[in-house]
Order: sequence, then structure tokens, then C-alpha cells
Amino acid sequence: MAARALLTRKTLASVLRKDARPLGVGAAVATHSRGLHVYTLPDLEYDYGALEPAISGEIMQLHHQKHHQTYITNYNKALEQLQDAVAKADSSAVVKLQAAIKFNGGGHINHSIFWKNLAPVREGGGEPPKGSLGWAIDTHFGSFEALIQKVNAEGAALQGSGWVWLGLDKELKRLVVETTANQDPLVTKAPNLIPLLGIDVWEHAYYLQYKNVRPDYLKNIWKVINWKYANDVYEKESS
Amino acid sequence: MASLGLQNVAGINLLFKEGPKVNAKFELKPPPYPLNGLEPVMSQQTLEFHWGKHHRTYVENLKKQVVGTELDGKSLEEIIVTAYNKGDILPAFNNAAQVWNHDFFWECMKPGGGGKPSGELLELIERDFGSFEKFLDEFKAAAATQFGSGWAWLAYKASKLDGENAANPPSADEDNKLVVIKSPNAVNPLVWGGYYPLLTIDVWEHAYYLDFQNRRPDYISVFMDKLVSWDAVSSRLEQAKALSA
Repeated sequence: MAARALLTRKTLASVLRKDARPLGVGAAVATHSRGLHVYTLPDLEYDYGALEPAISGEIMQLHHQKHHQTYITNYNKALEQLQDAVAKADSSAVVKLQAAIKFNGGGHINHSIFWKNLAPVREGGGEPPKGSLGWAIDTHFGSFEALIQKVNAEGAALQGSGWVWLGLDKELKRLVVETTANQDPLVTKAPNLIPLLGIDVWEHAYYLQYKNVRPDYLKNIWKVINWKYANDVYEKESS
Repeated sequence: MASLGLQNVAGINLLFKEGPKVNAKFELKPPPYPLNGLEPVMSQQTLEFHWGKHHRTYVENLKKQVVGTELDGKSLEEIIVTAYNKGDILPAFNNAAQVWNHDFFWECMKPGGGGKPSGELLELIERDFGSFEKFLDEFKAAAATQFGSGWAWLAYKASKLDGENAANPPSADEDNKLVVIKSPNAVNPLVWGGYYPLLTIDVWEHAYYLDFQNRRPDYISVFMDKLVSWDAVSSRLEQAKALSA
């Protein structure tokens, strides 16, 4: 019984981490007494101020310590309630929890990717993609600049809160630009989509610095995009 | 100054009863108080951006979208209902509804507002929610749990939904009662038919981020405690009852 629980936990953890490298050294794995995985805030691989002037340190700190932390807290809470509901075979409670799981779990997934999509300029942030992703972008969008234009246009046009993505469609083996509402992760658009790059266009991602001018935020964020990460994921997923 | 909201509600009623074809001119209406009038609860800087930039942009974009189209000459309310298009929204919807929502929102607040309503409004709140405190809990919870951008509303539900224009209409409750509802992004209760909005709070992050950052619940609490113009809400209720009678 104990061995089975351990195996289940390990499998779950490896599934959850499939999207990327381990989420930083600070992502300590804690567990409930009942064996439920408890998510913790992943460390950033750079200082809050390291993306300035593209993104201010104040934004990064609030975004990471407050917003991302809140998604994690509420995700853990929802998962605990889900476990209770499942244990009690309370189907209506299970279904009722789906919205909170999608929103808060999505918030955790999306932000975990987002932090890895960013890098300070001195660590390669903003350097256009090399390797096979660079070729694929030229093939699918015409040029790197054309991709940026498309992402900026879709990100600016998104109503309310959400994300704009560069994804890999594993089935059709092609790159796509998609948007998702609120904290919906890219996989909610189609199960075969792998996120390579996600840009947060919630107002909290830029408001203290760019106020109502979302297009300026989108224009500047390319200066700190970590294309090495996107390329690594692309090569791993398309091989 | 609560009359702006009333005219809007009256306009909707006219729209359905008589279908006015007045040439609509969309203008950026100023809030009925100076931009520093809600300090220190809602800062002048927030109003300068929220009204001076966001609201203005909705007005300007709507004008551009409407000119020379079949929507030209329609009232704001008509555009909202038409462009909602049963949930498969047309481009003008977001700007039109956000213009209406913001006009309505500014009227929901006043310097030195908050406290408790009185008269018939309080009676109906107590009848339909159990107590004023229970209403506050429900309204605050709706505003806090709207995923992403949107609005929370207190509305007078006058008649049974016809469901004609509604995508995912709120569950059918009894008629002629007060209800708390929330709506995503630009959506407002006009699109569902039979609802008379009485009070709203904007929970787009731009409404509170400069003053409260991520602390949306604090913003909601202080809005209810210090900003709500219950006079405006009472007048709208009176109007809603008259129009729906």
C-alpha cells in the first residue's frame, strides 16, 4: 500500500514536471499527511530587478510573490477539497471544483512557464532563437519579425485578461500563435498543443509600468525573452 | 447626478418599447465629481488613467467602429444588445458595453459614500438576501471570485428571462427581486434582458491596481464601506420598478 502511494506520487510529480526542467532549487516538495502533493512557489533564476528596464523589479516581485503565490495557495486548497470530495464520492462537489482548479492550476502552470520564458539581457534575453526553432519560425511565419508582429497584434487585441502563446502543434507538426482567456493554459485550446512561449497580458503583468498601453509592454518584452528555453522545449517535443 | 444611470435604464426600456432612432453621439462623460473627489480611497491617478485613458479609449474606438456601419445612429444600449449577438459577440460589443459600464460605474460612487442604504432599497435587500450583511457578503464574494476581468452587479430582476439573447443565462430565479450577478470582461446584465442594473463594481485590474495592487478584496471592501452612492442605487431601483411595472 505504501509502495503504491509512493509510486503514484512520483508518477504524478513527473507528469506535472514534464513541461520543463525542475522548477528551481527552492521548489521544495512538501506533502500533506495524506500524501497529497503540495505546490510551492518556484524560485526565479534571476533577480526581480534583472529584467529592467523592460519589466520593473516592482512588477516582477508582486507578480511572483503575490499573484503566482495566490494561484498556488488556492490551487492547493482546491486540490485538498477535491481529494475530500472524491473520498466522499461527492460528484457534485467534484464538478463544482473544476472552475477553481482550472483557474488556479492554470495560473500556476502559466506563470511557471512565463518565468522561464524570460531572461536578463546579459544572460541572453532577447537574442533571437537559434537552432531548429529559428528555422521553424521562418517556415511558418515568414520571418522572426512577422511572428513578433502577429503575437503583438493578438496580445493587444485580447479582451480582458489572458495569455498569448507560441505553441507547437505536435500532431500537425507546426507552430501556432494562440490566445487563451484568464488563466486557461494552452492545453485547453487543444490537447496536442505544447507551450513554447507564453506572454502574460493580464494588467497585473504591466500596469504599474505601462498603465493602459499594453502594446508598449508587448513591444518591450521581446528584449528579455529567453529563446533558448523555447528552443530547448521545441527540440525536445518535435524530435 | 444619479440621473445619468437612470437615463440609461430608461433608454433601454424605450428601446424595447418604442425603438427610438435617435442619432447617438458617444461622448466621454466625466464622473459627477472631480478626479480627486474620491481620494484617499480611490486616487486621482487611478481616475486619471481609468477615466482619462481607458474609458476615453473605449469611446474613441467605438466611434471609429460604428461610423458608416449599420450600427451608426443606434443608441448605446441598442448597440450593446445587437452586438452581443447571443454571446457570439461582434466587434463593437466590447467598446460599447465598456462605455456604458464605465458611465454607470462612475455614478455608483460619490465622495463620502458607503454606509448603509435606507428605505425601500434596504427593505428589499433584507427581504431578498436575509440582511444587509448577507448582501454585502454575497456582493463581495461575487466581485472577488470573478475570474479575470469583469464586473459584479446588484440588479433588479424584473421579468422572466426570454433567453433569446443569452449565452449561458444566469439561473432563473423568481421575478421582481434583487439579485447579485457577475459578468466577464465587458458583459453587463443588459444583454440578458429583464435585468435593471442598480450597482456595479469594476474588477478589471486597472480599476484598482495603482491603489491596491493584487489586493482585490481590500478594494472591494473599501468600495462598499466608503464609495458606494446608495442614493444613486435607490433612485435606480425606483426607476426600475416604475419601468417594469
